[in-house]
Amino acid sequence: MSSTPSDALIRISNVKHAYRTDAGPLPVLDGFNVEVPQGAFTAVVGPSGCGKSTLTRLIAGLLFPDEGDVILHGEKVTSPRNTVGMAFQNPVLLEWRTILDNVCLPLEIVPNDLSRKQKHDRGYELLAMVGLQGFEDKKPSELSGGMRQRASLCRALAHRPDVLILDEPFGALDAFTREDLWQIMHELRHNEAFTCLLITHDLRESVFLADQVVVMSGRPAKTQYVLDVPFGRDRVLDDLYTPEATQMLLDLRHQIQVAQGRPLEELEHEPEAPESGS
Amino acid sequence: MSSKQRFATPVIALVIFALLWEFVVWINGWPNYVMASPSDLGPAFYKFRWLFLEFGWDTLWRTVAGLMLAIAFGVVVGMIMGFSRTMREALYPLLVGFNAIPKATVVPVVALLLVGQHNLNTVLLAFMISFFPITVSISIGLSTLEPEYRDILLSLGASRLTIFRKIALPKTLPEFFGALKVAVTLAFIGTNLMEIVEPHGRGLGHLFDSGKISADYPLMFAVLIALAIMGIGLYYVVVILEKIFAGWAERQES
Repeated sequence: MSSTPSDALIRISNVKHAYRTDAGPLPVLDGFNVEVPQGAFTAVVGPSGCGKSTLTRLIAGLLFPDEGDVILHGEKVTSPRNTVGMAFQNPVLLEWRTILDNVCLPLEIVPNDLSRKQKHDRGYELLAMVGLQGFEDKKPSELSGGMRQRASLCRALAHRPDVLILDEPFGALDAFTREDLWQIMHELRHNEAFTCLLITHDLRESVFLADQVVVMSGRPAKTQYVLDVPFGRDRVLDDLYTPEATQMLLDLRHQIQVAQGRPLEELEHEPEAPESGS
Repeated sequence: MSSKQRFATPVIALVIFALLWEFVVWINGWPNYVMASPSDLGPAFYKFRWLFLEFGWDTLWRTVAGLMLAIAFGVVVGMIMGFSRTMREALYPLLVGFNAIPKATVVPVVALLLVGQHNLNTVLLAFMISFFPITVSISIGLSTLEPEYRDILLSLGASRLTIFRKIALPKTLPEFFGALKVAVTLAFIGTNLMEIVEPHGRGLGHLFDSGKISADYPLMFAVLIALAIMGIGLYYVVVILEKIFAGWAERQES
Protein backbone atom coordinates (compact mmCIF):
# COMPACT_ATOMS: atom_id res chain seq x y z
CA MET A 1 0.00 0.00 0.00
CA SER A 2 1.41 3.32 -1.01
CA SER A 3 1.28 6.23 1.35
CA THR A 4 -1.11 8.95 0.29
CA PRO A 5 -0.21 12.58 0.29
CA SER A 6 -3.73 13.62 1.27
CA ASP A 7 -6.29 12.27 3.69
CA ALA A 8 -8.92 12.04 0.96
CA LEU A 9 -11.11 8.97 1.23
CA ILE A 10 -12.04 9.08 -2.44
CA ARG A 11 -9.25 10.22 -4.71
CA ILE A 12 -9.65 10.28 -8.45
CA SER A 13 -6.58 11.52 -10.23
CA ASN A 14 -6.15 12.18 -13.93
CA VAL A 15 -8.68 9.59 -14.88
CA LYS A 16 -9.14 8.89 -18.55
CA HIS A 17 -11.83 6.56 -19.81
CA ALA A 18 -13.21 5.78 -23.24
CA TYR A 19 -16.01 3.49 -24.34
CA ARG A 20 -15.33 1.25 -27.26
CA THR A 21 -17.93 1.77 -29.95
CA ASP A 22 -18.27 0.66 -33.54
CA ALA A 23 -17.04 4.09 -34.62
CA GLY A 24 -13.87 3.81 -32.53
CA PRO A 25 -13.17 4.81 -28.92
CA LEU A 26 -15.51 7.42 -27.46
CA PRO A 27 -13.65 9.26 -24.70
CA VAL A 28 -15.94 10.25 -21.83
CA LEU A 29 -13.48 11.23 -19.13
CA ASP A 30 -10.11 12.84 -19.80
CA GLY A 31 -8.09 14.35 -17.00
CA PHE A 32 -10.78 14.18 -14.36
CA ASN A 33 -9.75 14.88 -10.77
CA VAL A 34 -11.68 14.93 -7.57
CA GLU A 35 -10.81 14.46 -3.92
CA VAL A 36 -13.40 13.81 -1.27
CA PRO A 37 -12.11 13.99 2.31
CA GLN A 38 -13.38 11.48 4.85
CA GLY A 39 -16.90 12.33 5.92
CA ALA A 40 -17.32 15.02 3.29
CA PHE A 41 -20.12 15.41 0.80
CA THR A 42 -19.17 16.22 -2.77
CA ALA A 43 -21.62 16.97 -5.56
CA VAL A 44 -20.67 16.57 -9.20
CA VAL A 45 -22.60 18.59 -11.74
CA GLY A 46 -22.16 18.86 -15.48
CA PRO A 47 -23.94 18.90 -18.80
CA SER A 48 -25.88 15.85 -19.95
CA GLY A 49 -23.83 12.99 -21.29
CA CYS A 50 -20.56 14.20 -19.79
CA GLY A 51 -19.74 10.90 -18.13
CA LYS A 52 -21.21 11.42 -14.69
CA SER A 53 -22.59 7.90 -14.51
CA THR A 54 -19.29 6.51 -15.74
CA LEU A 55 -17.76 8.15 -12.72
CA THR A 56 -20.08 6.29 -10.34
CA ARG A 57 -19.25 2.99 -11.97
CA LEU A 58 -15.54 3.72 -11.69
CA ILE A 59 -15.80 4.38 -7.96
CA ALA A 60 -17.97 1.32 -7.43
CA GLY A 61 -15.35 -0.84 -9.11
CA LEU A 62 -17.71 -1.90 -11.87
CA LEU A 63 -15.50 -0.23 -14.46
CA PHE A 64 -11.79 0.59 -14.58
CA PRO A 65 -10.11 3.69 -16.01
CA ASP A 66 -7.91 3.46 -19.07
CA GLU A 67 -5.47 5.82 -17.39
CA GLY A 68 -5.17 7.45 -13.98
CA ASP A 69 -6.21 6.10 -10.60
CA VAL A 70 -9.38 5.66 -8.62
CA ILE A 71 -8.31 5.35 -5.00
CA LEU A 72 -10.47 4.58 -1.99
CA HIS A 73 -8.85 4.63 1.44
CA GLY A 74 -5.46 4.91 -0.22
CA GLU A 75 -6.02 1.69 -2.16
CA LYS A 76 -6.47 1.43 -5.89
CA VAL A 77 -9.90 0.12 -6.84
CA THR A 78 -9.45 -3.10 -8.78
CA SER A 79 -12.75 -4.85 -8.07
CA PRO A 80 -16.12 -4.02 -6.50
CA ARG A 81 -15.78 -3.22 -2.80
CA ASN A 82 -18.61 -4.02 -0.48
CA THR A 83 -17.89 -0.89 1.52
CA VAL A 84 -19.70 1.11 -1.14
CA GLY A 85 -23.42 1.85 -1.19
CA MET A 86 -25.27 2.99 -4.30
CA ALA A 87 -28.61 4.59 -5.11
CA PHE A 88 -29.90 5.61 -8.53
CA GLN A 89 -32.62 7.75 -10.02
CA ASN A 90 -34.61 4.55 -10.47
CA PRO A 91 -35.05 3.16 -6.92
CA VAL A 92 -34.91 -0.42 -8.31
CA LEU A 93 -36.61 -1.99 -5.33
CA LEU A 94 -37.44 -5.68 -5.62
CA GLU A 95 -41.21 -5.74 -6.06
CA TRP A 96 -41.63 -9.18 -4.51
CA ARG A 97 -39.96 -8.25 -1.26
CA THR A 98 -41.27 -6.17 1.60
CA ILE A 99 -39.67 -2.78 2.19
CA LEU A 100 -37.78 -4.20 5.18
CA ASP A 101 -36.41 -7.12 3.16
CA ASN A 102 -35.44 -4.71 0.39
CA VAL A 103 -33.47 -2.58 2.82
CA CYS A 104 -31.77 -5.67 4.29
CA LEU A 105 -30.70 -6.99 0.87
CA PRO A 106 -27.04 -5.86 1.15
CA LEU A 107 -26.78 -7.70 4.47
CA GLU A 108 -27.61 -10.93 2.62
CA ILE A 109 -24.68 -10.40 0.27
CA VAL A 110 -21.95 -8.63 2.22
CA PRO A 111 -20.35 -11.12 4.62
CA ASN A 112 -21.27 -10.32 8.25
CA ASP A 113 -21.97 -11.98 11.58
CA LEU A 114 -25.37 -10.43 12.11
CA SER A 115 -28.26 -12.63 13.15
CA ARG A 116 -31.54 -12.40 11.29
CA LYS A 117 -32.93 -10.25 14.05
CA GLN A 118 -29.94 -7.91 14.04
CA LYS A 119 -30.30 -7.47 10.29
CA HIS A 120 -33.95 -6.62 10.70
CA ASP A 121 -33.15 -4.23 13.54
CA ARG A 122 -30.73 -2.42 11.26
CA GLY A 123 -33.50 -2.17 8.65
CA TYR A 124 -35.99 -0.83 11.22
CA GLU A 125 -33.43 1.70 12.44
CA LEU A 126 -32.77 3.07 8.95
CA LEU A 127 -36.42 3.16 7.93
CA ALA A 128 -37.24 5.09 11.09
CA MET A 129 -34.53 7.61 10.23
CA VAL A 130 -36.17 8.42 6.90
CA GLY A 131 -39.69 8.48 8.32
CA LEU A 132 -40.84 5.15 6.94
CA GLN A 133 -41.67 3.47 10.25
CA GLY A 134 -44.88 1.50 9.85
CA PHE A 135 -44.16 0.72 6.20
CA GLU A 136 -41.71 -2.13 6.85
CA ASP A 137 -44.10 -4.86 5.72
CA LYS A 138 -45.51 -3.02 2.72
CA LYS A 139 -44.57 -3.92 -0.83
CA PRO A 140 -42.81 -1.27 -2.96
CA SER A 141 -45.87 -0.98 -5.23
CA GLU A 142 -47.84 0.35 -2.25
CA LEU A 143 -45.45 3.28 -1.73
CA SER A 144 -45.19 6.64 -3.44
CA GLY A 145 -42.17 7.57 -5.56
CA GLY A 146 -40.60 9.62 -2.77
CA MET A 147 -41.08 6.83 -0.25
CA ARG A 148 -39.53 4.30 -2.59
CA GLN A 149 -36.53 6.53 -3.05
CA ARG A 150 -36.19 6.82 0.74
CA ALA A 151 -36.23 3.03 1.02
CA SER A 152 -33.61 2.90 -1.72
CA LEU A 153 -31.37 5.23 0.33
CA CYS A 154 -31.83 2.97 3.35
CA ARG A 155 -30.80 -0.04 1.28
CA ALA A 156 -27.67 1.81 0.10
CA LEU A 157 -26.72 2.38 3.76
CA ALA A 158 -27.76 -0.96 5.27
CA HIS A 159 -24.29 -2.51 5.35
CA ARG A 160 -22.76 0.68 6.81
CA PRO A 161 -20.73 1.57 3.71
CA ASP A 162 -18.06 4.20 4.13
CA VAL A 163 -18.70 5.51 0.62
CA LEU A 164 -22.15 6.43 -0.60
CA ILE A 165 -22.60 7.02 -4.33
CA LEU A 166 -25.80 8.75 -5.37
CA ASP A 167 -26.54 8.96 -9.08
CA GLU A 168 -29.30 11.58 -9.47
CA PRO A 169 -31.43 9.89 -6.81
CA PHE A 170 -33.92 12.75 -6.58
CA GLY A 171 -34.08 13.53 -10.29
CA ALA A 172 -37.47 11.95 -10.94
CA LEU A 173 -39.26 13.44 -7.93
CA ASP A 174 -41.48 16.49 -7.78
CA ALA A 175 -39.95 19.67 -6.35
CA PHE A 176 -41.45 19.45 -2.84
CA THR A 177 -40.71 15.76 -2.40
CA ARG A 178 -37.20 16.48 -3.55
CA GLU A 179 -36.75 19.13 -0.87
CA ASP A 180 -38.05 16.69 1.75
CA LEU A 181 -35.46 14.19 0.64
CA TRP A 182 -32.69 16.78 0.78
CA GLN A 183 -33.50 17.29 4.43
CA ILE A 184 -33.60 13.57 4.99
CA MET A 185 -30.14 13.36 3.42
CA HIS A 186 -28.88 15.82 6.03
CA GLU A 187 -30.42 13.75 8.80
CA LEU A 188 -28.86 10.57 7.44
CA ARG A 189 -25.53 12.32 7.32
CA HIS A 190 -26.00 13.29 10.92
CA ASN A 191 -26.64 9.70 12.01
CA GLU A 192 -24.46 7.64 9.72
CA ALA A 193 -20.77 7.97 8.99
CA PHE A 194 -20.27 8.01 5.24
CA THR A 195 -18.42 9.96 2.63
CA CYS A 196 -20.74 10.91 -0.17
CA LEU A 197 -20.43 11.59 -3.85
CA LEU A 198 -23.63 12.89 -5.41
CA ILE A 199 -24.21 13.16 -9.14
CA THR A 200 -26.90 15.69 -9.94
CA HIS A 201 -28.34 18.07 -12.50
CA ASP A 202 -29.86 20.30 -9.88
CA LEU A 203 -27.60 23.19 -8.83
CA ARG A 204 -29.72 24.09 -5.81
CA GLU A 205 -29.51 20.50 -4.67
CA SER A 206 -25.73 20.52 -5.00
CA VAL A 207 -25.40 23.73 -2.96
CA PHE A 208 -27.87 22.61 -0.30
CA LEU A 209 -26.32 19.19 0.23
CA ALA A 210 -22.63 19.38 -0.56
CA ASP A 211 -19.48 20.74 1.03
CA GLN A 212 -17.86 20.91 -2.37
CA VAL A 213 -19.36 21.14 -5.85
CA VAL A 214 -17.34 19.91 -8.82
CA VAL A 215 -18.31 21.05 -12.29
CA MET A 216 -17.42 18.66 -15.09
CA SER A 217 -16.65 20.03 -18.53
CA GLY A 218 -18.37 18.72 -21.64
CA ARG A 219 -17.29 15.36 -23.04
CA PRO A 220 -14.58 14.24 -22.68
CA ALA A 221 -14.97 15.57 -19.17
CA LYS A 222 -12.27 17.01 -17.01
CA THR A 223 -12.63 18.90 -13.76
CA GLN A 224 -13.57 22.39 -14.82
CA TYR A 225 -14.38 24.14 -11.59
CA VAL A 226 -14.55 23.38 -7.88
CA LEU A 227 -16.76 25.39 -5.56
CA ASP A 228 -16.43 25.13 -1.78
CA VAL A 229 -19.74 25.61 -0.02
CA PRO A 230 -19.02 27.52 3.18
CA PHE A 231 -22.24 26.45 4.94
CA GLY A 232 -21.98 24.20 7.99
CA ARG A 233 -23.76 20.89 8.37
CA ASP A 234 -26.91 22.30 9.85
CA ARG A 235 -28.70 23.79 6.88
CA VAL A 236 -32.24 24.85 6.31
CA LEU A 237 -33.91 25.42 2.96
CA ASP A 238 -34.01 29.16 3.64
CA ASP A 239 -30.21 29.19 3.35
CA LEU A 240 -30.71 28.72 -0.37
CA TYR A 241 -32.28 32.15 -0.59
CA THR A 242 -29.40 34.11 0.98
CA PRO A 243 -27.27 36.40 -1.22
CA GLU A 244 -24.34 34.07 -0.55
CA ALA A 245 -26.18 31.07 -1.96
CA THR A 246 -27.50 33.06 -4.89
CA GLN A 247 -23.96 34.07 -5.80
CA MET A 248 -22.82 30.43 -5.64
CA LEU A 249 -25.72 29.32 -7.83
CA LEU A 250 -24.91 32.03 -10.34
CA ASP A 251 -21.25 30.96 -10.42
CA LEU A 252 -22.26 27.36 -10.99
CA ARG A 253 -24.74 28.30 -13.66
CA HIS A 254 -22.06 30.21 -15.56
CA GLN A 255 -19.69 27.30 -15.25
CA ILE A 256 -22.30 24.93 -16.64
CA GLN A 257 -22.79 27.25 -19.58
CA VAL A 258 -19.08 27.19 -20.23
CA ALA A 259 -19.14 23.41 -19.94
CA GLN A 260 -21.94 23.26 -22.46
CA GLY A 261 -19.84 25.35 -24.80
CA ARG A 262 -22.27 28.27 -24.85
CA PRO A 263 -21.17 31.90 -24.75
CA LEU A 264 -21.83 33.59 -21.43
CA GLU A 265 -23.62 36.74 -22.50
CA GLU A 266 -26.16 35.91 -25.16
CA LEU A 267 -27.64 32.95 -23.39
CA GLU A 268 -30.54 31.05 -24.89
CA HIS A 269 -31.22 32.60 -28.26
CA GLU A 270 -29.16 33.92 -31.11
CA PRO A 271 -29.67 37.64 -31.75
CA GLU A 272 -31.88 38.06 -34.78
CA ALA A 273 -30.56 39.72 -37.90
CA PRO A 274 -31.20 43.49 -37.78
CA GLU A 275 -34.29 44.47 -39.69
CA SER A 276 -33.83 46.90 -42.55
CA GLY A 277 -35.58 50.27 -42.56
CA SER A 278 -34.57 51.43 -39.08
CA MET B 1 -65.43 -10.41 -4.54
CA SER B 2 -65.79 -13.12 -1.89
CA SER B 3 -64.17 -16.49 -2.49
CA LYS B 4 -67.63 -18.09 -2.76
CA GLN B 5 -68.54 -15.67 -5.53
CA ARG B 6 -65.23 -16.20 -7.26
CA PHE B 7 -65.91 -19.93 -7.36
CA ALA B 8 -69.56 -19.58 -8.33
CA THR B 9 -69.07 -17.14 -11.22
CA PRO B 10 -67.27 -19.52 -13.61
CA VAL B 11 -69.54 -22.43 -12.57
CA ILE B 12 -72.66 -20.43 -13.43
CA ALA B 13 -71.07 -19.45 -16.75
CA LEU B 14 -70.46 -23.13 -17.52
CA VAL B 15 -74.04 -24.09 -16.66
CA ILE B 16 -75.43 -21.32 -18.89
CA PHE B 17 -73.15 -22.45 -21.69
CA ALA B 18 -74.37 -26.09 -21.38
CA LEU B 19 -78.00 -24.99 -21.33
CA LEU B 20 -77.52 -22.87 -24.45
CA TRP B 21 -75.81 -25.74 -26.20
CA GLU B 22 -78.63 -28.13 -25.28
CA PHE B 23 -81.18 -25.59 -26.44
CA VAL B 24 -79.51 -24.98 -29.83
CA VAL B 25 -79.33 -28.73 -30.53
CA TRP B 26 -82.96 -29.20 -29.45
CA ILE B 27 -84.40 -26.28 -31.41
CA ASN B 28 -82.63 -27.41 -34.59
CA GLY B 29 -83.68 -30.98 -34.04
CA TRP B 30 -80.13 -32.20 -34.71
CA PRO B 31 -79.61 -35.95 -34.29
CA ASN B 32 -76.56 -36.76 -32.18
CA TYR B 33 -74.48 -37.79 -35.22
CA VAL B 34 -74.61 -34.16 -36.35
CA MET B 35 -74.13 -32.53 -32.99
CA ALA B 36 -74.28 -34.28 -29.64
CA SER B 37 -75.90 -32.36 -26.81
CA PRO B 38 -74.74 -32.12 -23.19
CA SER B 39 -77.39 -34.62 -22.12
CA ASP B 40 -75.78 -37.26 -24.40
CA LEU B 41 -72.45 -36.81 -22.67
CA GLY B 42 -73.42 -38.28 -19.30
CA PRO B 43 -74.31 -41.71 -20.70
CA ALA B 44 -71.20 -41.67 -22.92
CA PHE B 45 -68.97 -40.92 -19.95
CA TYR B 46 -70.70 -43.59 -17.86
CA LYS B 47 -70.51 -46.24 -20.55
CA PHE B 48 -66.77 -45.78 -21.05
CA ARG B 49 -65.90 -44.64 -17.52
CA TRP B 50 -62.99 -47.06 -17.06
CA LEU B 51 -61.51 -46.22 -20.44
CA PHE B 52 -61.85 -42.51 -19.66
CA LEU B 53 -59.98 -42.99 -16.41
CA GLU B 54 -57.26 -45.13 -17.94
CA PHE B 55 -56.76 -43.13 -21.13
CA GLY B 56 -57.30 -39.83 -19.40
CA TRP B 57 -54.42 -40.72 -17.10
CA ASP B 58 -52.23 -41.59 -20.11
CA THR B 59 -52.96 -38.26 -21.74
CA LEU B 60 -52.50 -36.34 -18.49
CA TRP B 61 -49.14 -37.74 -17.49
CA ARG B 62 -47.77 -37.49 -21.02
CA THR B 63 -48.85 -33.87 -21.21
CA VAL B 64 -47.36 -33.03 -17.81
CA ALA B 65 -44.12 -34.83 -18.71
CA GLY B 66 -43.95 -32.88 -21.97
CA LEU B 67 -44.53 -29.66 -20.07
CA MET B 68 -41.80 -30.47 -17.57
CA LEU B 69 -39.42 -31.06 -20.43
CA ALA B 70 -40.55 -27.80 -22.04
CA ILE B 71 -39.95 -25.92 -18.77
CA ALA B 72 -36.47 -27.42 -18.30
CA PHE B 73 -35.49 -26.74 -21.90
CA GLY B 74 -37.19 -23.35 -22.04
CA VAL B 75 -35.56 -22.11 -18.84
CA VAL B 76 -32.06 -23.22 -19.84
CA VAL B 77 -32.24 -21.93 -23.42
CA GLY B 78 -34.10 -18.81 -22.25
CA MET B 79 -31.29 -18.13 -19.77
CA ILE B 80 -28.64 -18.56 -22.45
CA MET B 81 -30.53 -16.23 -24.78
CA GLY B 82 -31.35 -13.79 -22.00
CA PHE B 83 -27.77 -13.34 -20.85
CA SER B 84 -25.96 -13.47 -24.19
CA ARG B 85 -26.87 -11.18 -27.01
CA THR B 86 -24.92 -13.26 -29.50
CA MET B 87 -26.81 -16.41 -28.53
CA ARG B 88 -30.08 -14.51 -28.71
CA GLU B 89 -29.37 -13.39 -32.24
CA ALA B 90 -28.18 -16.86 -33.21
CA LEU B 91 -31.07 -18.83 -31.74
CA TYR B 92 -34.15 -16.69 -32.37
CA PRO B 93 -34.51 -17.48 -36.10
CA LEU B 94 -34.03 -21.19 -35.38
CA LEU B 95 -36.68 -21.18 -32.67
CA VAL B 96 -39.16 -19.12 -34.66
CA GLY B 97 -38.62 -21.30 -37.71
CA PHE B 98 -39.15 -24.46 -35.73
CA ASN B 99 -42.24 -23.05 -34.09
CA ALA B 100 -43.69 -22.11 -37.47
CA ILE B 101 -43.69 -25.73 -38.64
CA PRO B 102 -47.17 -27.25 -38.16
CA LYS B 103 -46.67 -29.92 -35.56
CA ALA B 104 -49.02 -32.34 -37.36
CA THR B 105 -46.32 -32.65 -39.99
CA VAL B 106 -43.76 -33.50 -37.34
CA VAL B 107 -45.79 -36.43 -36.04
CA PRO B 108 -44.80 -38.95 -38.75
CA VAL B 109 -41.19 -37.80 -38.57
CA VAL B 110 -41.00 -38.36 -34.82
CA ALA B 111 -42.96 -41.61 -35.11
CA LEU B 112 -40.50 -42.96 -37.68
CA LEU B 113 -37.46 -41.68 -35.82
CA LEU B 114 -38.45 -43.32 -32.56
CA VAL B 115 -40.55 -46.14 -33.89
CA GLY B 116 -42.66 -47.91 -31.28
CA GLN B 117 -41.69 -45.54 -28.44
CA HIS B 118 -45.25 -44.34 -28.04
CA ASN B 119 -44.89 -42.73 -24.66
CA LEU B 120 -41.69 -40.95 -25.61
CA ASN B 121 -43.13 -39.84 -28.95
CA THR B 122 -46.20 -38.35 -27.34
CA VAL B 123 -44.23 -36.60 -24.61
CA LEU B 124 -41.86 -35.21 -27.24
CA LEU B 125 -44.67 -33.73 -29.27
CA ALA B 126 -46.22 -32.11 -26.19
CA PHE B 127 -42.78 -30.69 -25.47
CA MET B 128 -42.16 -29.43 -29.01
CA ILE B 129 -45.40 -27.54 -29.20
CA SER B 130 -45.11 -25.89 -25.78
CA PHE B 131 -41.48 -24.91 -25.18
CA PHE B 132 -41.49 -21.83 -27.40
CA PRO B 133 -43.51 -19.40 -25.23
CA ILE B 134 -41.54 -20.46 -22.15
CA THR B 135 -38.17 -19.90 -23.84
CA VAL B 136 -39.20 -16.50 -25.17
CA SER B 137 -40.62 -15.32 -21.85
CA ILE B 138 -37.49 -16.25 -19.88
CA SER B 139 -35.22 -14.72 -22.50
CA ILE B 140 -37.17 -11.45 -22.59
CA GLY B 141 -37.48 -11.34 -18.80
CA LEU B 142 -33.73 -11.63 -18.38
CA SER B 143 -32.65 -9.39 -21.24
CA THR B 144 -34.89 -6.54 -20.10
CA LEU B 145 -33.53 -6.53 -16.54
CA GLU B 146 -32.60 -2.92 -15.77
CA PRO B 147 -28.82 -2.57 -15.40
CA GLU B 148 -29.23 -0.80 -12.05
CA TYR B 149 -30.46 -4.04 -10.46
CA ARG B 150 -27.32 -5.78 -11.59
CA ASP B 151 -25.07 -2.87 -10.56
CA ILE B 152 -26.48 -2.75 -7.02
CA LEU B 153 -25.65 -6.39 -6.42
CA LEU B 154 -22.38 -6.39 -8.39
CA SER B 155 -21.09 -3.41 -6.41
CA LEU B 156 -21.64 -5.43 -3.25
CA GLY B 157 -19.49 -8.20 -4.66
CA ALA B 158 -22.32 -10.59 -5.53
CA SER B 159 -21.67 -13.41 -7.99
CA ARG B 160 -23.60 -13.88 -11.24
CA LEU B 161 -25.37 -16.83 -9.68
CA THR B 162 -26.50 -14.72 -6.70
CA ILE B 163 -27.80 -12.05 -9.06
CA PHE B 164 -29.73 -14.67 -10.98
CA ARG B 165 -31.16 -16.24 -7.82
CA LYS B 166 -32.01 -13.05 -5.96
CA ILE B 167 -33.15 -10.80 -8.79
CA ALA B 168 -33.30 -12.18 -12.32
CA LEU B 169 -35.22 -15.35 -11.47
CA PRO B 170 -37.94 -13.84 -9.26
CA LYS B 171 -38.30 -10.87 -11.58
CA THR B 172 -38.93 -13.17 -14.53
CA LEU B 173 -41.51 -15.34 -12.74
CA PRO B 174 -44.65 -13.36 -13.74
CA GLU B 175 -43.70 -13.57 -17.42
CA PHE B 176 -42.80 -17.21 -16.98
CA PHE B 177 -46.19 -18.09 -15.49
CA GLY B 178 -47.97 -16.14 -18.21
CA ALA B 179 -46.13 -18.24 -20.78
CA LEU B 180 -46.79 -21.43 -18.82
CA LYS B 181 -50.54 -20.81 -19.01
CA VAL B 182 -50.26 -20.70 -22.79
CA ALA B 183 -47.97 -23.71 -22.81
CA VAL B 184 -50.36 -25.87 -20.75
CA THR B 185 -53.12 -25.76 -23.33
CA LEU B 186 -50.64 -26.12 -26.18
CA ALA B 187 -49.16 -29.23 -24.59
CA PHE B 188 -52.57 -30.94 -24.60
CA ILE B 189 -52.82 -30.25 -28.31
CA GLY B 190 -49.41 -31.85 -28.82
CA THR B 191 -50.28 -34.96 -26.85
CA ASN B 192 -53.55 -35.50 -28.66
CA LEU B 193 -52.05 -34.82 -32.05
CA MET B 194 -49.74 -37.77 -31.54
CA GLU B 195 -52.46 -39.95 -30.05
CA ILE B 196 -54.88 -39.26 -32.90
CA VAL B 197 -52.59 -39.07 -35.92
CA GLU B 198 -50.37 -41.96 -34.92
CA PRO B 199 -52.84 -44.21 -33.08
CA HIS B 200 -51.28 -46.76 -30.80
CA GLY B 201 -54.15 -47.77 -28.57
CA ARG B 202 -53.60 -45.44 -25.65
CA GLY B 203 -54.66 -41.98 -24.52
CA LEU B 204 -57.81 -39.92 -24.98
CA GLY B 205 -56.78 -39.28 -28.59
CA HIS B 206 -57.14 -42.98 -29.22
CA LEU B 207 -60.55 -42.99 -27.53
CA PHE B 208 -61.59 -40.16 -29.85
CA ASP B 209 -60.33 -42.14 -32.81
CA SER B 210 -62.29 -45.26 -31.81
CA GLY B 211 -65.38 -43.09 -31.36
CA LYS B 212 -64.89 -41.92 -34.93
CA ILE B 213 -64.39 -45.41 -36.30
CA SER B 214 -67.48 -46.82 -34.55
CA ALA B 215 -69.54 -43.70 -35.33
CA ASP B 216 -70.13 -43.11 -31.60
CA TYR B 217 -70.57 -39.35 -31.76
CA PRO B 218 -71.47 -38.77 -28.12
CA LEU B 219 -68.19 -40.52 -27.23
CA MET B 220 -66.22 -38.18 -29.49
CA PHE B 221 -67.82 -35.17 -27.88
CA ALA B 222 -67.28 -36.66 -24.43
CA VAL B 223 -63.55 -36.95 -25.23
CA LEU B 224 -63.43 -33.29 -26.25
CA ILE B 225 -65.12 -32.27 -23.04
CA ALA B 226 -62.79 -34.48 -21.00
CA LEU B 227 -59.81 -32.77 -22.65
CA ALA B 228 -61.28 -29.36 -21.94
CA ILE B 229 -61.79 -30.29 -18.28
CA MET B 230 -58.23 -31.57 -17.97
CA GLY B 231 -56.94 -28.41 -19.64
CA ILE B 232 -58.88 -26.23 -17.23
CA GLY B 233 -57.66 -28.31 -14.29
CA LEU B 234 -54.01 -28.04 -15.27
CA TYR B 235 -54.44 -24.34 -16.01
CA TYR B 236 -55.66 -23.76 -12.48
CA VAL B 237 -52.75 -25.72 -11.08
CA VAL B 238 -50.54 -23.16 -12.83
CA VAL B 239 -52.67 -20.34 -11.45
CA ILE B 240 -52.20 -21.66 -7.91
CA LEU B 241 -48.44 -22.00 -8.41
CA GLU B 242 -48.38 -18.48 -9.80
CA LYS B 243 -50.20 -17.15 -6.73
CA ILE B 244 -47.67 -18.87 -4.48
CA PHE B 245 -44.49 -17.89 -6.34
CA ALA B 246 -45.39 -14.69 -8.17
CA GLY B 247 -48.39 -13.42 -6.25
CA TRP B 248 -46.52 -10.16 -5.59
CA ALA B 249 -46.98 -9.13 -9.21
CA GLU B 250 -50.74 -8.98 -8.80
CA ARG B 251 -51.94 -5.52 -7.88
CA GLN B 252 -54.40 -5.22 -5.03
CA GLU B 253 -57.90 -4.29 -6.16
CA SER B 254 -58.70 -0.90 -4.76
